[in-house]
Amino acid sequence: MVINAEEVGYFDLNRKIIGCDDDEIKVENVMGQRYVGCGASGKKITVEGIPGNALGAYLDGSTITVYGNAQDAIGDTMNDGEIIVHGSCGDTTGYAMRSGKIYIKGNAGYRVGIHMKEYKELYPKIIIGGKVGDFLGEYQAGGIIVVLGIGCENDVPVGSFCGTGMHGGYIFIRSDQPPRGLPIQVCCETADDSDKELIKEYVEEFCANFGYNAKELLSSRFYKLTPNTASPYKQLYTENL
Amino acid sequence: MALNYYQPLYEVIRDKDRCIKCQACARQCANEVHRYDGEYDVMISDSKSCVDCQRCVAICPTGALKIANNPNTFRENANWSSQIMTEVYKQAETGGVLLSAMGNPKEYPVYWDKILLNASQVTNPPIDPLREPMETKVFLGKKPKNVKFNKDGSVNTDLPPTLELSTPIMFSAMSYGSISKNAHESLARAATELGICYNTGEGGLHKDFYKYGPNTIVQVASGRFGVFRDYLDAGAAVEIKMGQGAKPGIGGHLPGAKILEDISRTRMIPMGTDAISPAPHHDIYSIEDLRQLVFSLKEATGYKKPIIVKIAAVHNVAAIASGIARSGADIIAIDGYRGGTGAAPTRIRDNVGIPIELALASVDQRLRDEGIRNEVSIVIAGSVRSSADVVKAIALGADAVYIGTAALLALGCHLCRSCQTGKCNWGIATQRPDLVKRLNPEIGYKRLVNLVHAWDHEIKEMMGGMGINSVEALRGNRLMLRGIGLTDTELEVLGIRHAGQ
Repeated sequence: MVINAEEVGYFDLNRKIIGCDDDEIKVENVMGQRYVGCGASGKKITVEGIPGNALGAYLDGSTITVYGNAQDAIGDTMNDGEIIVHGSCGDTTGYAMRSGKIYIKGNAGYRVGIHMKEYKELYPKIIIGGKVGDFLGEYQAGGIIVVLGIGCENDVPVGSFCGTGMHGGYIFIRSDQPPRGLPIQVCCETADDSDKELIKEYVEEFCANFGYNAKELLSSRFYKLTPNTASPYKQLYTENL
Repeated sequence: MALNYYQPLYEVIRDKDRCIKCQACARQCANEVHRYDGEYDVMISDSKSCVDCQRCVAICPTGALKIANNPNTFRENANWSSQIMTEVYKQAETGGVLLSAMGNPKEYPVYWDKILLNASQVTNPPIDPLREPMETKVFLGKKPKNVKFNKDGSVNTDLPPTLELSTPIMFSAMSYGSISKNAHESLARAATELGICYNTGEGGLHKDFYKYGPNTIVQVASGRFGVFRDYLDAGAAVEIKMGQGAKPGIGGHLPGAKILEDISRTRMIPMGTDAISPAPHHDIYSIEDLRQLVFSLKEATGYKKPIIVKIAAVHNVAAIASGIARSGADIIAIDGYRGGTGAAPTRIRDNVGIPIELALASVDQRLRDEGIRNEVSIVIAGSVRSSADVVKAIALGADAVYIGTAALLALGCHLCRSCQTGKCNWGIATQRPDLVKRLNPEIGYKRLVNLVHAWDHEIKEMMGGMGINSVEALRGNRLMLRGIGLTDTELEVLGIRHAGQ
């Protein structure tokens, strides 16, 4: 089914999407409507245009493909599914996502993958083609974030305060130099071949989605960031009864 | 040998004539205060480990035990109390941040106790609740400003979602992790039987408790633990936790050691990893951002559930509440500085935030002044200790109250304020299986039901005395209140007159 979003507010648009029995839905002329695909499961939603904030929030097993840029908070608290953006996206991408995949062809904003967590078979993945802003993987508790830095080969493709509060999971950054000013809770090392095995599948899928050469990308230098302790905030408390 | 700079707070007093050396105290004390020395056939008590939880006193079959304040005193000083001196010693010893539990214990004014209720005499006669119907049912959520009609002239009954409560009392947010599964079960079952709600806190909802969903408020905090579709669908309302009265501006941090199997499953995080809920939601830096989360939750729940935004009572609470009312939230929960917690830095607990009575009065007034009071219901928390506090809160403008500490007291808590140790001898604030089983949910839920029934009856008595037969007619009815021993400024903030006026 094709839904025309032109001059339709987000409330009515989302009622149309939710009310649609088809598994495959194409939404055209999207212009900033929020919450597209919020909580959806078992759907394949194609978005043409620029969806607004909280695209695919609480997503529970649907595929959302955006032909255009996306805005803030896509995949917020997403539980499963896939979001593929043929463009760039804004801040807090994948906030607290627990499983599923987010592929961004271009750049992403601040706080990408903040609070991302994993649980047993639930394992979230975010793959960014270009560069990202500050606070990448802030409070990250699990899952994997890959920043490929395509098009910014001469510079580190992540902003400041990368991995602040990180206490689980991995961040992979394709870069010739390590990120600057990493917090003490984060270990940074050059990824070896066995490390790259962790991301191979996702990089290949990224390349299949957006038409890049996975082999070429994977042959570059990557830095692997991991937490250096499971308890970054373990302050010494004194019991005061 | 190192010097003991500070002394035990309590002294265990054992009446040797009464003690039969049954060792029940030794078996019951998780702090290992009591032990039996077989060689000399004596019971020995180590007072310095005692937290005065009164478990041994309650269990002793012969009444042989008493816990008293340690009569040993530092030299009296009105400025440097023993407590403050001890805290300095502790920090000099460990270099640690002082960590305490439960609500602010300091001697700040309790405004509930400085407010008196009215009663009818001669005119507008009192109502006898035993004889006449009294309504304590409330609906929380947006109330339409005016009646709307359909095209055919019939009344449009399409109202925003509300939370229906048989009496204006709910159980506060306490996460599974901070309290035990048996405590949660007691709260959930009591809420269901009473027709009110309990609140999951930010630790997710245990799979065994989904059946209590219609009486459950599910919480979404910055860490989003255990938040997913089924969880949001399960609850009767969704609460966004922005802050907490016991520790405004501070987040939650459940250490990895406390993330055991069952808690890990409920929070949906691996065992042994820290559960960090930072103070800010990093996607919310403005009322506009808050609105985005409110509406994303409304979208995810099909606009069928009211959204609550919970904040701590802080200095600018009225302006903040006005913003929340405009964010699309249906209910604002405000938690005063005396609200309890499983663990909070002592300095925050004791020094940050404002009394709920003043916060409530100023929020209610502000929303009325701005003509948006009907946009939201107000729920208050942060030490509501009795039905009289409930009646005063409603007269000051609250739609309902949350009770946390009072509910825990009903379950056996003796306010020893040692929740952070995880060794609660009453089976409430602990995850140790041998301690958790001491709290029988079958008994616990009945005690909670008794408490709320008793309060409900007292509320009706007090309302009846004022000649009011519906809680709706009491709400914001500040003429029913008078202050006693309050300054002009306090009376002005509370919006009430002094007794005798």
